[in-house]
Amino acid sequence: MSEAISQPDKPMPLPGADAAPGDATDLFSKFDPLIKQRADLLGAGQEDPFNLVMEQVLSPVTAICNGRETILLGTYNYMGMTFDPDVLEAGKQALRDFGAGTTGSRVLNGTYSGHKEVEAALSEFYGMDHAMVFSTGYQANLGIISTIAGKGDYIVLDIDSHASIWDGCAMGNAEVVPFKHNDIEAMEKRLRRIPEGAGKLVVLEGVYSMLGDIAPLKEMVAVARKHGAMVLVDEAHSMGFIGPNGRGVAEDQGVLDDVDFVIGTFSKSVGTVGGFCVSNHPKFEIMRLVCRPYVFTASLPPSVVATAATSIRKLMQAGEKRAHLWDNSKRLHAGLKGLGFELGTDEPQSAIIAVIMPDLERGAAMWEALLKEGLYVNLARPPATPANMTLLRCSLCAEHSQEQVGQILTMFETAGRKTGII
Amino acid sequence: MDRDDTKNRIDTLIEPFNKKDVAITEDTTFAGDLEWDSLTVMDFVAAIEDEFDIIISMNQQAEIETYGQLIDAVTRLRG
Repeated sequence: MSEAISQPDKPMPLPGADAAPGDATDLFSKFDPLIKQRADLLGAGQEDPFNLVMEQVLSPVTAICNGRETILLGTYNYMGMTFDPDVLEAGKQALRDFGAGTTGSRVLNGTYSGHKEVEAALSEFYGMDHAMVFSTGYQANLGIISTIAGKGDYIVLDIDSHASIWDGCAMGNAEVVPFKHNDIEAMEKRLRRIPEGAGKLVVLEGVYSMLGDIAPLKEMVAVARKHGAMVLVDEAHSMGFIGPNGRGVAEDQGVLDDVDFVIGTFSKSVGTVGGFCVSNHPKFEIMRLVCRPYVFTASLPPSVVATAATSIRKLMQAGEKRAHLWDNSKRLHAGLKGLGFELGTDEPQSAIIAVIMPDLERGAAMWEALLKEGLYVNLARPPATPANMTLLRCSLCAEHSQEQVGQILTMFETAGRKTGII
Repeated sequence: MDRDDTKNRIDTLIEPFNKKDVAITEDTTFAGDLEWDSLTVMDFVAAIEDEFDIIISMNQQAEIETYGQLIDAVTRLRG
């Protein structure tokens, strides 16, 4: 029955092949519908939205794509730290001092002083006792969720959760109970019905990346607490930007102290790659020995942890950049709304603004028209999107100038008229 | 708990979700015969959970393919 559930980012089982008895079954037959959809789209002359190559990256907000200078509006590089001179220098120094890679697990030969330094920077950034760094944000969710919720425990999660959360649920042995997106009552009902004595983990996100909407964490965390559940919040899309200290939506809504685990990533505001979990749980350090996606993989290269630590420390003092990013987000939201585009949220709630397209075909055409104007945005399509929507997802950067936001609006207007979206 | 009572109540609950007016029997499959999308499944499961004050976890849903299996599962979950 759950096979029909193909909500955002949840693995979608594909229809099986109809092989005659005796025929060798091609294991790839299950991908035929997707192969056909792609072939149809590209056959019509559409530029491939999932195969773009950046030939040169000029800055956090500009690159050369297919020979064209392009404004980047779909990178999650919210704070523009990728080319920060201090960050680059820290990386170069670590590369010289510690080499290109660790070639080892964190629990064997893969913990260098840089890994401890970036964990110290995270503890300080969040004001939490423990910080554990993973090789990617995906692995942080995969590892923490699958490890802390075991057989007989219950995970209660938003149906629009990110793929890494769903995969963490699938990898573990807990009972998985989804509830309707951002629906406090639906969440409470499910928590209330969990058998007495069972362990409970509520998994929420600060910002949901498809529509750029935020969660009512204040209410949801209170409800979870009332029912004796532990709370994990993924703040991947809010770190560095939302909240007085950039700690995320939980901080902004005043409930960070009631959150047991914050999951985050280095591949957005921090500007490199890696993932983490911070926590005040007194027994948290045992995770380093029992969490398989932490143990059975090589640790991050020295240059990456050095750039991350430098970037995180700079993000603590980035109040002005945060203010400019909010200005950008508000201006783009109001401008697109004014042009007549349908947006994912009525008001700007984060640095993500999702433009809703009528269907995949016209969405892809609009994406291509924007690229030809010199603008890159993310094309998001089912099943990664809620309610099977096709979205053009824009993520703003603190390094986008006012002038660039103006240019972006002009490009949207031209491409929107060309493709008949507005 | 009484299976007939469970079935009668689910028969009523499923009506608004059966938009294609499929003649539903115990062997009707959700994925194949009803062709429900993800949102419909979520809303239908929520309606059943609310009606009987139970939880049908994703793990349990994965075992349910037919209408008859759903009635069995709900009867069991009602205890």
